[in-house]
Amino acid sequence: MSQSLKERRPLSPHLQAYKIQITSLLSILHRGTGIVLYGGSILWALWFVALAIGPQSYEAMQHFLLHPLGLIILMGWSFSFFYHLCNGIRHLMWDLGIGYELTTVRRTGWTVVIASFFLTGVAWVLGFLCERIWS
Amino acid sequence: MNFETELHKAEGLGSAKNGLPHWIAQRITAVALIPLGVWFVSVFIILLTAPFTEAYTWLSSPWNVTLAIFFVLTAFYHGYLGMQVILEDYVPHEYTRWVLIIGTQLFSAGMALLAIVSILKVFLS
Repeated sequence: MSQSLKERRPLSPHLQAYKIQITSLLSILHRGTGIVLYGGSILWALWFVALAIGPQSYEAMQHFLLHPLGLIILMGWSFSFFYHLCNGIRHLMWDLGIGYELTTVRRTGWTVVIASFFLTGVAWVLGFLCERIWS
Repeated sequence: MNFETELHKAEGLGSAKNGLPHWIAQRITAVALIPLGVWFVSVFIILLTAPFTEAYTWLSSPWNVTLAIFFVLTAFYHGYLGMQVILEDYVPHEYTRWVLIIGTQLFSAGMALLAIVSILKVFLS
């Protein structure tokens, strides 16, 4: 009985039937960046391990991270962080019941996109400036 | 008040298990990670090009070590909670889902411990 009820239940249209909008795109990006950050956490955890083992492993880790491939991974990781941070604040605001107007949702959405690129840029300018201090 | 239908009660499926503590824990760790995350990501990018001794001295301050361990705990806890939701949403097979969720839980705890032990080793030496 329950099975036949479930079988007769109307289904919602599949994902590809919908037009991608800023709201849906940012929503799925929040999950995507979350997964990237979970993967990235293995990287920085191993950085702590390398630091604990000694100078040789630390330098090997540093060599990998500063390799162009490592830098691309780190830039993607840091962008994911700043995106997840900004959009996370947007989510926390919704949890407080703030910002549900459709125009507000779109405006905060675009603010998140711009802020994430801006903050990633600031972080890496800071990073490259520090390279000069260390050397 | 119970809004469940008779059929739903009989099936014993659906929500009202342990979703609320999960939801609250996700929010608390999210709020903690706003300052902790900004702090760690900035420090990590700054120390990226630093020589070994500089990174080593950074972890000799009790303030930095406390913040670092606090960050490790909240980050892996928040990460685990998020991955659990994703697995619950996208893995339809029940036992596969359980294995993946328990695996993620143990892996997250293990990585957090590994990071904390490493931080303490540098701090205490």
